Amino acid sequence: MPAPDRAAIRAEAMRLRAMIEAVGAQVVETPVLQPAEALLDLYGEDIRARAYVTSDALRGEQMLRPDFTVPVVQMHMASGAEPARYTYAGEVFRRQENDPDRANEYMQVGYEIFARTEPEAAEAEVFAFIFDALKPLGLRAATGDIGILAAAVAGLQTSERRKQALLRHIWRPRRFRALIDRFSGRAPLPESRAALLADPDPMARATPMIGARRADEIAARIEALREDAAIAPLSANEVALLDAMLSVRETCPFALERLRDIAVDMPAIGPAVARLEARLEALEARGIQTATLDFEASYGRTQMEYYDGFVFGFHAEHRPDLPPVASGGRYDALTRRLGAGREIPAVGGVIRPGLVLELRGRA
Amino acid sequence: MSIKLGVPSKGRLMEKTFEWFGKRGISLGRVGAEREYAGVVRGAGDVELVLLSAGEIPRELAAGRLHLGVTGADLMRETLAGWDTLVSPLAELGFGHADLVIAVPTCWVDVDTLDDLDAAAAAFRIVHGGRLRIATKYHRLVREFLRAQGVADYRLVDSQGATEGTVKNETAEAIADITSSGDTLRANHLKVLHDGLILRSQATLFKALNVEMSAADRTTRDALIRRLGID
Repeated sequence: MPAPDRAAIRAEAMRLRAMIEAVGAQVVETPVLQPAEALLDLYGEDIRARAYVTSDALRGEQMLRPDFTVPVVQMHMASGAEPARYTYAGEVFRRQENDPDRANEYMQVGYEIFARTEPEAAEAEVFAFIFDALKPLGLRAATGDIGILAAAVAGLQTSERRKQALLRHIWRPRRFRALIDRFSGRAPLPESRAALLADPDPMARATPMIGARRADEIAARIEALREDAAIAPLSANEVALLDAMLSVRETCPFALERLRDIAVDMPAIGPAVARLEARLEALEARGIQTATLDFEASYGRTQMEYYDGFVFGFHAEHRPDLPPVASGGRYDALTRRLGAGREIPAVGGVIRPGLVLELRGRA
Repeated sequence: MSIKLGVPSKGRLMEKTFEWFGKRGISLGRVGAEREYAGVVRGAGDVELVLLSAGEIPRELAAGRLHLGVTGADLMRETLAGWDTLVSPLAELGFGHADLVIAVPTCWVDVDTLDDLDAAAAAFRIVHGGRLRIATKYHRLVREFLRAQGVADYRLVDSQGATEGTVKNETAEAIADITSSGDTLRANHLKVLHDGLILRSQATLFKALNVEMSAADRTTRDALIRRLGID
């Protein structure tokens, strides 16, 4: 089947945006060219593989908008009133290096809420809108909560430094697992590390000193490694609880029950589990039947986006070749990083009208 | 029509390639003046020799303007996304060995693995404000490798030559570059990370997969491949 034409996709995007406007959101526009600096600082080198970079001698590196979230957050942090609801529709550009079938340019329609009170109500509002709008397509909705994993890590019986290392790699499951294996003593210490720790004066070998990373930084890390070596390994019990938590994959009510059970032995996740419960109530109040809604504790961990709480996606099960038709989540930390000292709780989601049309044509 | 064979136009890589084909009964040579990039093939029928930069051979094969080509595996993988759907390696030629590796200053006695590099990068960002810079010309290969390995908080900076000097000049904190013996790295006070080998490369003969050709050309090409004993 041929892909829907651009005019039809644009019309569908405008229809969705008008629906979001009708429930109280303000329409916003953002420039297509974004200063590369902020995006690079946020996403790191990975963004270069995903976004088109261009430049001129005057403004330096610019990126073709890879998403709306960052410019909308910047705009809100600079001048927005609170609370705020925004909607937008426009193209985003994603460089594709491996899969020629993936679009490198497509429309997105978004719905973002910035509000300090009732976070679960805002989450339910965004989710329920998208759920209702996409209902005719018969998609599978998946939900998750990065906040529960973050709370579990913060509650581990180990050093602050180890917790920070784990939190830093929540979105990189492979490295996260490698760190857990090392902190729990399941993976052996690399030989070079053992040799370093056994050396009474390793800095004597640090010669000649070259590069911008200075001697005191090297010495400080050696000191940190010595302290770390003295720390008791994570207990097998704690690792088992973390694994049990990460493998929760049920419909929402069963997932909640399972997480409550785990919270008995892992009280640190208690408040995050209570937020999940409040969210399910808020979703029910919006007419979502949570009894049939899926919850996966690991959902959203491999995305690059800075979601740090509730996450969701809508997938066409009969079309595994397609990316999610809609996705979103909570990104409080992003507003903190872009807010230059200010922050505001935020949640949002995007729909791809091109995929909506493609699937509707089939349905 | 004829079959087009692409060979690096300069230096040792060209001479070694000529030698490799020569040992297998196919004589390759330049024609005309020393500086003219035209070549001749004897002993293989209607085959045309095209001399061009090793860095351009991947693209020419992908575009179907060359049927066969000799270049480094590193260049092939760096230049072409989905390289193995565009070309097929026929033979490793046993020269032009080069490993693409990540190297850091020898004075970083606390850094020996990617895990250490990642931790050092995190600390570096807190102290210096910016991300730890890795100088390279192999952006794609390095980025994909570090991403797969879960290394964060680094930034690639472009370096098209004398990459080993960037650390001392403080335009980068670490490098990713090709090395054969490691001598240049050592001379510049750099060491290879224990698990920092990204790719082992050598000069390789590739066949273009997406190229239209006549039955006669196909016969010529397949006969050449058979003569080379790499069928």
